[in-house]
Amino acid sequence: MIKKTVANVQIACEGIADGMTFMLGGFGLCGIPENIISELVRRNIQGITCISNNAGVDDFGLGLLLKKHQIKKMISSYVGENAEFERQMLSGEMEVELVPQGTLAQRCEAARSGIPAFFTPAGYGTEVAVGKETRNFNGKMYVMEKAFEADFSFVKAWKGDEAGNLIFKGTARNFNPAMCGAGKITVAEVEELLPAGSLDPNQIHIPGIFIQRIFQGQQYEKRIEQLTVRKRN
Amino acid sequence: MALSKEQIAQRIAREVKDGYYVNLGIGIPTLVANFVREDIDVEFQSENGILGMGPFPFEGDEDPDLINAGKQTITALPGASFFDSAMSFGMIRGKHVDLTILGAMEVSQDGDIANWKIPGKMVKGMGGAMDLVASAENIVVAMMHANREGESKLLKECGLPLTGVKCVKKIVTDLAVLEIIDGKFHLLERAPGVSVEEIKRATEGDLVIHGDIPEMKI
Repeated sequence: MIKKTVANVQIACEGIADGMTFMLGGFGLCGIPENIISELVRRNIQGITCISNNAGVDDFGLGLLLKKHQIKKMISSYVGENAEFERQMLSGEMEVELVPQGTLAQRCEAARSGIPAFFTPAGYGTEVAVGKETRNFNGKMYVMEKAFEADFSFVKAWKGDEAGNLIFKGTARNFNPAMCGAGKITVAEVEELLPAGSLDPNQIHIPGIFIQRIFQGQQYEKRIEQLTVRKRN
Repeated sequence: MALSKEQIAQRIAREVKDGYYVNLGIGIPTLVANFVREDIDVEFQSENGILGMGPFPFEGDEDPDLINAGKQTITALPGASFFDSAMSFGMIRGKHVDLTILGAMEVSQDGDIANWKIPGKMVKGMGGAMDLVASAENIVVAMMHANREGESKLLKECGLPLTGVKCVKKIVTDLAVLEIIDGKFHLLERAPGVSVEEIKRATEGDLVIHGDIPEMKI
């Protein structure tokens, strides 16, 4: 077994530097690497390019980095929940590349899988396709999209083992799997870090080969963005 | 009377057929789930990674790891499954989802749709909408017929940045049900008590009216 365990978030984030490109898993605030985001804030890393479906909310998730103006560029599909984001974008303080959600996921997966580019119908005929190669396959038009290049992938899983194998829970899976192995170094934080052999190999969602460092996360807040409930009778 | 948002959702629910996998967008489309007949089998897909999405949880049962694409807490029904975003959009691009219901700011008579950006004013992003409209064969748009200023949102050409081209087939508004055929809006049904004249006035794009137009059944 090749051990991927590191003691804490500080060691897990060794090598991060100003101006780097990071992939961060999560959909809204669901399944975000909370410990790593806190560490990026604490180290005050500047000029970050973030590849992340959303940008957090004003006081949580990537919103914490936004507030400190640490983000140079965001690559996202939907940023509607964050007023500060919209302000920085419209004022030109921050560069933004909006990418269709499926294209965003596929650009991660392509990076992980050694596929430099692919064709998708998403965005054909819209401003997303401007300047990109388009092609007709079987009578339908497609846009060429390229794999992302990132220095680090930061993901969050439910359970993981010393070998870096990961299992996700519910819809907290979202972008995390596609980002594993897509950056040069993938760091996974988990709610429960277990000895090798504790997880059933049949149930592993992401095999440890895609993970370089894994650590036990602390004090998960797991904030709910939109609490919607039914009344009990 | 123009339809309420709930009534638009109620009318759209009649487009949902037995055995359909259905993706619901944010806003009015989300309400459609409340009005689907109980005697048919339907599964709702939420593009953040669940098939078999159920209603909101009971108070106290909410799980931060279980949300829909609108970031609302939800439940998973028996037979549900979870998957990652790449697979989710594989389902969508691969046309495995039978029906997509989404909102729009503008629709053109060619079936173009705009719903993600107002330049210089509002930029929330397209989310999964561009992927959905580019691939789905069966798209129903839920929208108001006119904006707050009373200007038509059913146009000859969209003025706002597009989400997709030539993709919308059916539209349900507060005034009417319309279908897009050969570059024109065809009026199929009108809201109870709304006249064909009113719909004509509220529609900037070319509107085809064949014979008597029935009232919607809600």
